[in-house]
Amino acid sequence: MLTKRIIPCLDIKNGRTVKGVNFVDLRDAGDPVELAKIYSDEGADELVFLDISATEERRRTLIDLVRKVAATINIPFTVGGGISAVEDVEVLLQNGADKVSINSSAVKNPQLINDLAQKFGSQCVVVAIDAKQIDEEWIVHLVGGKVPTEIKLFDWAKEVEERGAGEILFTSMNHDGTKNGFANEALAKLSQLVNIPIIASGGAGNMQHFVDTFIDGKADAALAASVFHFKEIEIKALKKELKNNNIEVRI
Amino acid sequence: MKIVIINYGAGNIQSIMFAIERLGFKAVLSNNPEEIKSADKVIFPGVGEASYAMKMLKQSGLDALIPTLKQPVFGICLGMQLMCNSSEEGNTEGLGIFDVDVIKFSSKVKVPQMGWNNIYNLKSDLFKGIAENEYMYLVHSFYAPLCAETISTTNYELEYSSALENDNFYGTQFHPEKSGDVGERILGNFLKL
Repeated sequence: MLTKRIIPCLDIKNGRTVKGVNFVDLRDAGDPVELAKIYSDEGADELVFLDISATEERRRTLIDLVRKVAATINIPFTVGGGISAVEDVEVLLQNGADKVSINSSAVKNPQLINDLAQKFGSQCVVVAIDAKQIDEEWIVHLVGGKVPTEIKLFDWAKEVEERGAGEILFTSMNHDGTKNGFANEALAKLSQLVNIPIIASGGAGNMQHFVDTFIDGKADAALAASVFHFKEIEIKALKKELKNNNIEVRI
Repeated sequence: MKIVIINYGAGNIQSIMFAIERLGFKAVLSNNPEEIKSADKVIFPGVGEASYAMKMLKQSGLDALIPTLKQPVFGICLGMQLMCNSSEEGNTEGLGIFDVDVIKFSSKVKVPQMGWNNIYNLKSDLFKGIAENEYMYLVHSFYAPLCAETISTTNYELEYSSALENDNFYGTQFHPEKSGDVGERILGNFLKL
């Protein structure tokens, strides 16, 4: 059976991981490659690297990082952040990335989704959607949830599927950082609405939250950052807990 | 040992290059027929859309060359699908190495299938030392149904061929280069054939 996936997310700035990472056995806690290797060995099913640097040097550093990660780990990984053109994606894939994640650039230029799907295949196009629930309505936000748009989450999800996205990474801004669990109601609705995989993001605080998002939220994968980085949840233990709840996972 | 990865402009080649390096070998990328013919092992990768990939193969004359190769040839993902008789994707005529037609999953399941699924009923030297039901990484919307050349089965909506073999030709729907240590061992098995 196809398993549910557990995906740690690493924020990258100028080639280094940001957010303090609480791995005592790491020689260099800021080295994304070393961290990627650890997660891969612990049983992560995929990794996401989100580049949040904004310097001129950004692209070159990111490409070097992608090459090093691809040379080291043998599980799939996605690269996101600052991707706005077909050429950006081409160079990332050529250097070993498996998928790219686009967010604001897809909202600003939806045709980019079609272009990427056509050129590289839907399987490598992840559309990330940040949304906030305002007066019962889920509204798409940009710039890490800071800037609201006029676009409604469910309309946008349907559109990105039709344009050729292979997967949707949905982050609820209401849940992100709260550690109170994922936005399972919205996730379940998304999962019914579109026929491509949905990655749940935002709100992970304990293992039960993952159980809930796979069962109640019908998510295909769950992404988290700090609970993994600070070892509040270990991937091996998490997968065991999921298995105990009859959720299919790769152990 | 000379390992050639067929480079025809459709495929995530870098990941396979790196996986081969981790196994202690070097591979060269080529679309040159003479170079491909002289290899000990040929890897035929592919991601993306079938009719576009086939067009690229035809442009370099590789569609005629590949079925005539005598050394072990390993098609991965779309590479495997292109080695079949045909694909429903873009109504593409295949290389006819595997006697099966590739068709699309129904909308009863999420398409593409994306993630880790198990492989079973393994029957090939490609899976020497590999246990039944190991998990492999797959991303695909089209599949090869079970047939006489099936050497590995996977279930998604229904049972289908996750690997095929015919003489010196091998193909896997899954990505061994992205399927952890077990996937790397399968790639290693191919290099030992």
